[in-house]
Amino acid sequence: MRALNLKLIRNLWKLGGQVLAIAVVIASGVAVLVMSLSALQALQDTAAAYYERQRFADVFTNVKRAPRRLVERISAIPGVRSVEVRIKQVATLSIEGFEEPVIGQLVSIPEQGEPRLNRLVLRSGRLVALGHPDEVVLSEPFAEAHGLQPGDQLKALMNGNQRTLTVVGIALSPEFIYAIGPGALIPDDLRFGVMWMGDEALAAAYDLDGAFNDLSLGLLHGTNPELVIEHIDRLLERYGSSGAIARKDQISNWFLMNEIEQLKTMSTILPTIFLAVAAFLSNMVLSRLIATDRSEIGLMKAFGYSNWQVAWHYTKQVMAMTSVGILLGWLLGAWLGRVNTEIYADLFRFPLLIFRPDAGVFALGAIVSLIAALPGSLGSVRRAAALPPAEAMRPPAPPMFRKTGLSRSRVAHWLDQPTRIILRQIFRSPLRALLTSFGIALSVAVMVMALQWIDSIEKIVQVYFYDAQRQNMMVGLVETQSDTTLEAFRRMPGVLAVEAMRFVSANLSAGNRSHRGSIEGISSSPELQRVYDASGAVLEVPADGLILSTKLADKLGVGIGESVWVEVLEDQRPVRKLPVVALFETYMGMPAYMNIDAFNRMMGQRPSLEAVNLLVDKSQLSRLYQRLKSIPKVSSVVLNDTMGETLMIYISFFAAFAGALGFGVVYNSTRMPSRNGDVNLPR
Amino acid sequence: MSPSSPAEKSDITLEGRSLTKIYHTGTVDVHALRGVDIQLYEGELVVLLGPSGSGKSTLLNILGGLDTPSSGQVHFRELETTAGDESILTRYRRDHVGFVFQFYNLTPSLTARENVALVTEIAVDPMDPAEALSMVGLGERIDHFPAQLSGGEQQRIAIARAIAKRPDILLCDEPTGALDSHTGILVLEAIERVNKELGTTTAVITHNTVIGNMADRVLHFGDGQVVDSKRNTRRQPARELSW
Repeated sequence: MRALNLKLIRNLWKLGGQVLAIAVVIASGVAVLVMSLSALQALQDTAAAYYERQRFADVFTNVKRAPRRLVERISAIPGVRSVEVRIKQVATLSIEGFEEPVIGQLVSIPEQGEPRLNRLVLRSGRLVALGHPDEVVLSEPFAEAHGLQPGDQLKALMNGNQRTLTVVGIALSPEFIYAIGPGALIPDDLRFGVMWMGDEALAAAYDLDGAFNDLSLGLLHGTNPELVIEHIDRLLERYGSSGAIARKDQISNWFLMNEIEQLKTMSTILPTIFLAVAAFLSNMVLSRLIATDRSEIGLMKAFGYSNWQVAWHYTKQVMAMTSVGILLGWLLGAWLGRVNTEIYADLFRFPLLIFRPDAGVFALGAIVSLIAALPGSLGSVRRAAALPPAEAMRPPAPPMFRKTGLSRSRVAHWLDQPTRIILRQIFRSPLRALLTSFGIALSVAVMVMALQWIDSIEKIVQVYFYDAQRQNMMVGLVETQSDTTLEAFRRMPGVLAVEAMRFVSANLSAGNRSHRGSIEGISSSPELQRVYDASGAVLEVPADGLILSTKLADKLGVGIGESVWVEVLEDQRPVRKLPVVALFETYMGMPAYMNIDAFNRMMGQRPSLEAVNLLVDKSQLSRLYQRLKSIPKVSSVVLNDTMGETLMIYISFFAAFAGALGFGVVYNSTRMPSRNGDVNLPR
Repeated sequence: MSPSSPAEKSDITLEGRSLTKIYHTGTVDVHALRGVDIQLYEGELVVLLGPSGSGKSTLLNILGGLDTPSSGQVHFRELETTAGDESILTRYRRDHVGFVFQFYNLTPSLTARENVALVTEIAVDPMDPAEALSMVGLGERIDHFPAQLSGGEQQRIAIARAIAKRPDILLCDEPTGALDSHTGILVLEAIERVNKELGTTTAVITHNTVIGNMADRVLHFGDGQVVDSKRNTRRQPARELSW
């Protein structure tokens, strides 16, 4: 081996701690990037593979009741590859040992053979059998939440009849990765569960023989779902269709994609900042390290090594140091990426896991690190090489120090000599001191940035669920009910206050901008479900017009006093032009509110409601639950904080890496002799 | 010794003409060389004597291409090293000049052999490092690291490193300055041997007047100028020197 390479290797070995500290900085940047991007990619790949394998449908819709013979006409729509018609109903369940009412989403599956679309992944037991109308397959999260297994029984209030159902299997479905009850905001496996039942059994129970109320379509590759949706909506309008939706709007998929989208934001913004910080730090540290090699560079030149040879030697040294970091970052990143993916896959209950990180992710981390490390280091080499060898080999002349105003001031009497050294060092090279401080500041900033997520989420939860909403229970009704229902709720045990609430899906548009979302109808001076501005103000609800979240108003490009076209997507599908009467700031979603009376008028209905907000006396909960169980078609919502927990895992990785960055900088700053050859300050 | 003599000029290996060097350090200008004219003849051993701070090292650095003069010229045979760019100086140092520094400047992470190889690897017609080390009497300690060797041994490695490329000129800057007299003589013997056996034109800087006795010529240096020049009738062998 060439002597120069031997020198390189032995020098690296001797520098040990510093090489490692630089490697830690670089590894942190690379690992965060690889971890985030590989986990993101794995999640996307896994979700896609899961959808593909289980033939997750591309278009969904439901109707009140439509004859099965329509299947032929639906199949004939251009672009449709396969059609699956089903019956979907909601039942109130009683589960032994669980006091609260549970909402069961019943979905039909063929008694023989597999469904054409939205196939189940059987986790244990079997699917339902022909001639056994009381058999059900439970979704795994629901079954686990209640400890139910094949062979267990549960009671269900179906279409007014109390039935005893037998669990025969446990399954997962791509359609219910996020299983969210009607009117609920987040999954609650204790109070909402999906159950699959035989086609014929369900048709018989709900008087839907020869009919269906739910339709899924698989499309040919490359088909625009919007065109198919237009066809379908026209065809099913007279059967009480609420409007078909593409896969992207399907609720479970929407939540999943939303989660992946959030992860994507974190996976691009955070690692970019992180890698940039790591790049800056490694650049700074390496350029200083090499500046201390000034006399070595002079010696090499004295021997007749050319500038190019010297530069190449140090390029190799920097690349070797950087490579240690890159390699470490790759290994750590790939491992954590896998761990991260597993955590998410577990949360989403993917029955399969595809972790095949793209080589490009690794290459990107390596390239950015090298690009960051080399210029700074070679700049130092260039500066040393520009000196005549004789000068480079000499210890540098004592640097110019001067007395500052401080040394002449009275304070100076109190300063001991080491303190004077420190202060004069700082005043002599303020830029250098500034850069070191900036480096440490950056690593602290990264740490703060990572940790602030926890507080942000807590704040959002606080504002959204506690400050804004005064109710401690929301009961969703499966169908629109007359507002006399409200009275029934008011009389229930433990209920202190009730408030009707309406919601309907709608298209909102202004000019050529539009938004598909929903409108919520609330009472004019709500006590429970309030319109709460992020600033803390509670808005009055005017008798007419829309109250939009600022985000939605921005999306539509409208302000107070301007009008928005509202196209309701349910029932009579009224289209109205409504003025925007107020705006409010919210941290979550893009809600739109209006007065419930105006809402009723818009829908052309008598006073009605889709949900009831309740303030209940918690000591009476048990009795209240008993009552709720006997009322058909309700769902209750209780909030939990699982989302916060998964985010915590992700954030703690970042915090750890930010700590590593800080260590790298501080370690190298204290270990490195200063360029002037001064003694290092007391450690 | 006039540079104008054509017969002598053909024998001149290295020549400096009207060399000046001014250092600007902080607020002070230091005149290290004040118009020095010097010739080194083929195969001779010259000792430059002078007190510290007299500008000897500066002169040696400029002659060896490690530094550039503020004005004046350096000619190596037909080549004017002060006229070209950086790459000419690099090639001059690599192909023609061997340097020995007062503080050895060995690379601590390399063994004796590897330290020498650091230079031979880029030389045109080098010796084997082992051969160079044998010449300075260190054939046995070839695989030792600098930290395992005495000061004298380290300086002899530095000499081996300087001569292994078979340089035309060997420039030694206070080679015994950091050594006791016994060890210093061992080092001088090595230099003497190289000068005799390889015919390398050699210049040794020292403030030790005794060392002048081993030279063909002794130049006295003071205040940035050559103040006296003396040719020895007989070169005293290094081993006979004492101080």
